[in-house]
Amino acid sequence: MTLALEQILNGFQFGIMLFLMAAGLTLIFGIMNVINLAHGSLYMIGAYGAALVAARTGSFLLAVPAGLIAAALAGLVIEFLVIRKLYDRDHLQQVLATFGLILFINEGTTMLFGRTPLFVGMPAFLSGSVEIIPGIPYPTYRIAIMVVGLLVAFGLYLLVNKTRIGMLVRAGSTHREMVRALGVDIRLLYTVVFALGALLAGLAGLMAGPLLAVQVGMGEQILILTFVVVVIGGLGSIRGAFYGALIVGLTDTILRAFLPGFLKTFMNASEADALGAGLSSMGIYLVMALVLLIRPQGLFHAQG
Amino acid sequence: MKMTKLGAGLALSALLATGAAAQQPVKIGFITTLSGPGGYIGADSRDAFNLAVEMEGGKLGGVPVQVVVEDDGLKPGQGKQIADRMLKTDGIKLFTGIIFSNVLGATAPDILDAGGIYVSNNAGPSNFAGKDCHKNYYVVSWQNDTLHESAGQNATNLGYKKAFILAPNYPAGKDALAGFKRFFKGDIVGEVYTRLDQTDFAPEMAQIRAAKPDMVFHFHPGGLGITFARQYQQAGLLGAIPLVVAAPSVDSNIVKALGDAAIGTNGTTHWNTDFDNPANKKFMEAWSKKYPGRLPTYYAGQAYDTALAIGAALKAVNGDLKDTEKFRQAMLKADFQAVRGPFKFGPNQHPVQDWVATRVEKGPDGAPVIKTIGKVFTDKGDVYSKDCKL
Repeated sequence: MTLALEQILNGFQFGIMLFLMAAGLTLIFGIMNVINLAHGSLYMIGAYGAALVAARTGSFLLAVPAGLIAAALAGLVIEFLVIRKLYDRDHLQQVLATFGLILFINEGTTMLFGRTPLFVGMPAFLSGSVEIIPGIPYPTYRIAIMVVGLLVAFGLYLLVNKTRIGMLVRAGSTHREMVRALGVDIRLLYTVVFALGALLAGLAGLMAGPLLAVQVGMGEQILILTFVVVVIGGLGSIRGAFYGALIVGLTDTILRAFLPGFLKTFMNASEADALGAGLSSMGIYLVMALVLLIRPQGLFHAQG
Repeated sequence: MKMTKLGAGLALSALLATGAAAQQPVKIGFITTLSGPGGYIGADSRDAFNLAVEMEGGKLGGVPVQVVVEDDGLKPGQGKQIADRMLKTDGIKLFTGIIFSNVLGATAPDILDAGGIYVSNNAGPSNFAGKDCHKNYYVVSWQNDTLHESAGQNATNLGYKKAFILAPNYPAGKDALAGFKRFFKGDIVGEVYTRLDQTDFAPEMAQIRAAKPDMVFHFHPGGLGITFARQYQQAGLLGAIPLVVAAPSVDSNIVKALGDAAIGTNGTTHWNTDFDNPANKKFMEAWSKKYPGRLPTYYAGQAYDTALAIGAALKAVNGDLKDTEKFRQAMLKADFQAVRGPFKFGPNQHPVQDWVATRVEKGPDGAPVIKTIGKVFTDKGDVYSKDCKL
């Protein structure tokens, strides 16, 4: 029973991590109508910025703003130099251009920092574990990720629903031409939204640093899952991204944890292991197909 | 490209030194993986191979050579294309360098069909060791399974009774678990296939804790291994349940990235930096002079041995590759001092060699290093050689 609880917690935490990535992607996708494959590169830039500063200064508190600033700045530059030219193009050209950015940024990072994965130390005050369920020590750092993720979700909710910028963002995603006709500088709005998306990707990257290997190509590993989240949640919907991320995180974790065991009750062990691994890696895509079948626009489509 | 020029420059200076009468350099095609997360493996292999050539003044076995390096980007199709071009346009006959078994599987058959020679410095997939073995195909590194067999034997030697084993769900991962189980005498209390693109191992950590094994074996090459080991530490398992792994999960690059989290990890390998033999001392001295502050991984050690093996054969045939049977007779003698110590080829032209147990410990400067502990296997061949009819 405690194992099941711990696995649900793991799934929840993985979902929160995905949400941070998906929130930025869905904003950019839904509001600017740009497919940004380079979102994973921004995640990597955030992770590298934090890792490099942490290695130089040894301070995690300095590394956090460094990662955020690096990702947001990179976002601004990318928006200004590349994305701005793509708003009126079709999606295929956006995919090509942003895929080019992935190659460019990956090779550039290799040239600058080499191929050896970076090591990011965990801040001492977060490196222990807490027994939130008796008998199961749960890493403090993962709890911190959940707290930060929930705070960001709440902050985004306030930003989108309670502020003037949020109103423009909502209006921009549904009635683009009308917003422009009312004299709002939509270019500036787009730049701000893109930078905000980059900032969130950077936040996810810098928080992932102490958990994963910070290395070239780390962004592409998480990018596909992020797209699944955005499609399940509905394009442009922050709320959708939140629930979509939790659904994907929990489905993935629970299938991986329990499906082989369940299959073993009526199959031989090694076949069950192999089949379970195969089925659980399909799990989230099955969920996505199911959602698309019932609600083709996603669970919380912005226009719907 | 830069390396090609360097190789050519070296060969040129060798030519000048020996006078105009010296023979044309033998070209060696070095197809390897230099980009992506696995890129450090190719870089170490290339640098060690080139170092062997440099130490001889642009020659191997007294024969001038030119090393042509190309990056396959871990794409089997790309490796195949490069090999085709090298065979047809550059007239190269002698190849080495490939890191990953899937690239080798696509590339080596083309080279062999065209009458070329392939000497593997890393990948040793089972099919080429068994029924698909070939007269012009040599492996200096290992047959893939023996890596994990030695880890299984090591776990048995260390007296562990209950193992939890994990590997990614792809052919090499399944071979790894099969290889481990072949020599592990205890019980397997959990067997989990992870994904090659997995970033979060928290569910696996929870399963390991619940299964209460007395050791964990995992095979996660490159960045995956770093992620796994760190999360293993963060889950509080590192001190509690020891890791017993094979060389690819604990190379010196991974140890460097992990820092203190790597301490206590049990490994097995066929070469380590601290091997006490004259050939290895010579290699380590040359390496640390050329690359100060950079510890060679075992990929470097075996690439260097590959260069020496090729050198010994080139010397015997005086650089003439026309008669591959003559080259083969020379190659199979393995008349060179390997940095790993005793080395010979088995009937399937794969190595018969010793395996040692290692453990990661704190070094003199506080940084963790891989220490050799003791023997696991002596003169170990592989299980596939009986299927090979040469």
